[in-house]
Amino acid sequence: MSQTAPEIRLTRARSRPLEKVLRWLFFACAAISVLTTLAVVGVLSVETFYFFQQVPASDFLFGTRWTPLLEPKSYGILPLLFGTTLIVIGAAIVALPVGLACAIYLSEYAGNRTRDLVKPILEILAGIPTIVYGFFAITFVTPSLRTLIPSTEVFNAASAGIVVGIMVLPMVASLCDDALRAVPNALRDGAYSLGATSFEVTARIVVPASLSGIFAAFVLAISRAIGETMAVTLAAGATPNLTLNPLESIQTMTAYIVQVSLGDTPAGTLSYQTLFAVGAVLFAMTLVLNLIANAIMNRYRDVYE
Amino acid sequence: MNTQAQRLKKRHRISAAFKCFCLSVTCLAIAILGVLILEVTVLGLPWLNIDFLTRFPSRFPEKAGILAGLAGTLWLVSLTAAIAIPIGVLAAVYLEEYAKPGRVSTFITINIANLAGVPSIVYGIIGLAIFVRFLGLDRSVLAGAMTMSLLILPVIIIASREAIKAVPSSLRQVAFALGATRWQVTRDHVLPQAMPGILTGVILALSRAIGETAPLIMIGALTYIAFVPEGPMDEFTALPIQIYNWTSRPQEAFHELASAGIIVLLLVLLIMNATAVWIRYRGNKNRFR
Repeated sequence: MSQTAPEIRLTRARSRPLEKVLRWLFFACAAISVLTTLAVVGVLSVETFYFFQQVPASDFLFGTRWTPLLEPKSYGILPLLFGTTLIVIGAAIVALPVGLACAIYLSEYAGNRTRDLVKPILEILAGIPTIVYGFFAITFVTPSLRTLIPSTEVFNAASAGIVVGIMVLPMVASLCDDALRAVPNALRDGAYSLGATSFEVTARIVVPASLSGIFAAFVLAISRAIGETMAVTLAAGATPNLTLNPLESIQTMTAYIVQVSLGDTPAGTLSYQTLFAVGAVLFAMTLVLNLIANAIMNRYRDVYE
Repeated sequence: MNTQAQRLKKRHRISAAFKCFCLSVTCLAIAILGVLILEVTVLGLPWLNIDFLTRFPSRFPEKAGILAGLAGTLWLVSLTAAIAIPIGVLAAVYLEEYAKPGRVSTFITINIANLAGVPSIVYGIIGLAIFVRFLGLDRSVLAGAMTMSLLILPVIIIASREAIKAVPSSLRQVAFALGATRWQVTRDHVLPQAMPGILTGVILALSRAIGETAPLIMIGALTYIAFVPEGPMDEFTALPIQIYNWTSRPQEAFHELASAGIIVLLLVLLIMNATAVWIRYRGNKNRFR
């Protein structure tokens, strides 16, 4: 904080015991966040370690059948990974282009009044609980899909993917909007004065200049889609299926975790430990994506400041 | 000459088409919100009455109500607030007012940013392993509130830090110059000034806790509960859990019940967000007069 008062602080802190106690109390509060991380990493790795003592890591990572709750038991996570991938692809197809187009409209075309109107609406969309999106998938998106393509199964990856896309859309739009608005107006003015149209300014100047920020937004959106649980559990089904057909029922990693916790699985059993092994994969994937996004964002912030 | 004019015309046409495209996509996004709200209201409104708010869940849709979920959510949010607000705000105070800039404080900052991106279901797994099993809290409201606290702590800390950062340092310097201790400066000057911002962040974090479903399912809150929890160690259910339960049933009547529940949930969230906006507005008006 302020450089002007260090001496006062030193003498006061020594003479007043309360100050010292409070300082440590506040430090303890801040340390809880570090403890949380340690707990997450610790719990996930210990239980996953026990899991790997019974199931070889190669069977887990490369096996193509996931039937831990049925005989014959098999612990290959690939079907769950494929399920999650399908959802991520669906969500990306919906959220990335629409989110970017929204952001371009907001930052390049909309006047202040329109912005003040649209931004809160996007915030409302972002604040709607995921369970509501799950409900929307079941009662609106799936029936619509089944009318359009009759071969669609009741539970299918497409419906869940679309809804997850709608869910992450506001985040993509708002992060892309920030990135686009960080581009200095001098660049736009320069292009306009050379006679470029607004499309040319956007597509050849503004978007390329903010590409890293847009990319970071996309990575964060994908990380969100991987971790999304309720919409996927409700709409995508519970059949671990090694398929790339979005009209079939699948199961994602998150949906499997919910399925296990719904049943009363005793602690210490192998099926209880699968929960942590799948959770560890999920945690690792989202962590890596978040770190990548943060690294990209930190880099591009330096460019125009 | 003619071809050049044509090319210019074409470029402007492309530009106009692109603007139209962006506008219509934005309208589409807004329309989705409209469809969502319409769908929920049309299905749920006929079911929404006093009986629905005062009854317990039932196998028969016409006898089912949301009282257990509503009471559970109130318990959950109150306990979560009691745990997460002091810890979160004081952690922000430490990081902004006490910690010297350096490795420790950078490490904690990065750590909090990463925690904010961890999927909610992972917090559920941790809650299940540590609070429910290891500490033996079972499926109590307390276990749920502790799990939710972990989930929203990063949000509270980040928002509170922003609010504290916005307090001008001249204010602190004046207080220090008059001989106030660091805690006196924080308590009497920094926190009151930062309060509107902190409150806004806290309310938004709590509304996230109200809407979260997955962590609660993980710690086992999805059971048939036909009572109102009377203490922190009681079993509970919550609004989103009840909605999940009804949505996952195949019968149409339960879907309509679910949408009635969603209306209640969204109304609760709307009230909280309106409060946050109001506090932000008042805070901006009163500040630095």
